[in-house]
Amino acid sequence: MKFDYNTRYSDSFKLLRHTDQRIAYGLLLMVLVALPWVASKFLMAELSYVFILCIASLGLMVLTGYTGQVSLGHAAFVAVGAYAHAWMLSKGVPLLLSLPLSGLLCAAFGVAVGVPAIRVSGLYLAMVTLAFSVIVTHVIGHWGSVTGGFTGLAVNDPAIFGAALSGPKAFYFLCLAVLVLVILALLNVLRSGLGRAFLGVRDSEAAAYSLGIHVSRVKVIAFALSAGVTGLAGALLAHHTKYLTPDAFTLVLSMELVLMVVIGGLGSLRGAVLGAVLISLLPTLISRIKPLLPEQIAKQFGMETFIFGLILALFVLFEPTGINGRWLKFRALVESFPLYRRDTFRRGKRYMKSERYK
Amino acid sequence: MTSWQVFTQLTVNGIAVGAIYALVALGLVLTYKATEVLNFAQGDLLALSAFIAWGLIAVAGFPFWLAFLCTVIISAVLAYGIDAVVIRQIAGQPQFAGVMLTIALAFMLRGAISMGFGPESRSYATPWVGQTTTFGGVAIANLQLVIVGTALGVTAALLLFFKSTKLGMAMQAASQNQLAAYLNGVRVKQVNSLVWALAGATAAAGGVLLAPITLVDVTLWFVVLKALAALVLGGFGSIAGAIVGGLLIGLIEQYAGVYLPDGSKDVVAYVVLIAVLIVRPQGLLGEAHGKRV
Repeated sequence: MKFDYNTRYSDSFKLLRHTDQRIAYGLLLMVLVALPWVASKFLMAELSYVFILCIASLGLMVLTGYTGQVSLGHAAFVAVGAYAHAWMLSKGVPLLLSLPLSGLLCAAFGVAVGVPAIRVSGLYLAMVTLAFSVIVTHVIGHWGSVTGGFTGLAVNDPAIFGAALSGPKAFYFLCLAVLVLVILALLNVLRSGLGRAFLGVRDSEAAAYSLGIHVSRVKVIAFALSAGVTGLAGALLAHHTKYLTPDAFTLVLSMELVLMVVIGGLGSLRGAVLGAVLISLLPTLISRIKPLLPEQIAKQFGMETFIFGLILALFVLFEPTGINGRWLKFRALVESFPLYRRDTFRRGKRYMKSERYK
Repeated sequence: MTSWQVFTQLTVNGIAVGAIYALVALGLVLTYKATEVLNFAQGDLLALSAFIAWGLIAVAGFPFWLAFLCTVIISAVLAYGIDAVVIRQIAGQPQFAGVMLTIALAFMLRGAISMGFGPESRSYATPWVGQTTTFGGVAIANLQLVIVGTALGVTAALLLFFKSTKLGMAMQAASQNQLAAYLNGVRVKQVNSLVWALAGATAAAGGVLLAPITLVDVTLWFVVLKALAALVLGGFGSIAGAIVGGLLIGLIEQYAGVYLPDGSKDVVAYVVLIAVLIVRPQGLLGEAHGKRV
């Protein structure tokens, strides 16, 4: 077991409080920075994609995992970010300006969606966001003058201060930098007063309200923050796919994002990252495993969808706290080895708010 | 065609499609009332039923109504199993768990359909190919009459079942208060699974009827989104609301396809969904619920 032993006031503000944490995360960062010099081009592109999905998943985690507002339509924000970025680049806006601008634009868009959407909650909110994302995809398809319609929109190559960021290595570092910045920003927001307000709204709106938290304002802010971060991911995704069509931002992407946060573990940034890594690498993994299977099964179409569903179902049924919960249990087991008690993590009963007559 | 004829034709089409939306919405209401799970897999059950019906009609050569009956039974058994094996495990957990679990089931069903039948879409013949009936100068395909008739029949049978049979009463009781129903001798778990079976049967009826108008394809699951719009428009959790909402959404879509700008047919259902939820969350026929803390 580890205990905090603070000798200065500022010690308790540190994000990494223990030496082993600093070593572990430092090593991880060093490996990620050093990787481009050893890894293949394919792996670079794949990892950039993983980072982009991590950012999007972090965005959704703020809304669903921390504020408790279910969104089944987050692909819409990815789409808005991607198209805004591509459009600004084509108008000659430099990348370093266009990237945050598309995030901001997406955040504004999130406010526009959030203000009406927070009038409903729970299942209804899920349906509103789902319907909204279908509408956004159609609008993109029919607004040809800006978005290129269903034929698509080519994205300019990324460039910083006139130097082209061509090649997977430079783009990899761009994605990594944005991801690290987003994680640091979110870590700090989530331990600020606003972040605590998010948690309060998630756990009990009535209790939060009675403590002086302006519930609807907090929800709208959560929508804006979530949309902004997801929009950043969209902007980067535009460079990854190089060519934008509305088909890339359908419900499937929304569902995958939800899958990431649920499988990762609701209510933890680590879970968002782990879930995104798992889900984005899963198709590659499956295609690697396929040759080992008998041909009859391996050539089947739709196996990926089935496995996605199976994994989600198993997590919902047997490990509702996701990969992050599993990891916390494992760590507790190792740290307190002979004295581990399974009941440490026993869930208190959580009852759903029934709409039945009492 | 005169504009009157166009209008009538659209109305007929709208009612036919709307009847199917209503059937799917009805299935959603049933499971929602019984287990408080909004079944996102309903659309995939419908798609699976369409494929089974294709297998029975086009491959095995069954007559239409026999295939209809078989498909309904298969789907009902499958839905019973889904509740008894999977959904029951999360009873009492927050609604989000139900949403996630049914989405997972939807993915699995979709994957299973693709694995079992392959990606290409198919079609099967009905006994009413090319037959039309003329009412007041408007030609109506007999298939559409059959669809509306069957949907009405299924709905009427369900309402009668709930009203006048012991099991139907037990289902109503269990959906209103599980503990009280249990104390009165209703086997709540089994009854809930039977409600799921009924929902599976309505999904199958919808699937077998919808496939001849469109195609037998995995993308049929999209109907569930239209059914959600219908449900919200009619009033969540009300059977009458599901029927009215379904018909209205069908009509609105058809009218939007002609009288509104290009492309609005595909989104108008979702616009209605959002507008209704924000302006009148209880829908047209639903009762308003106070928020419980």
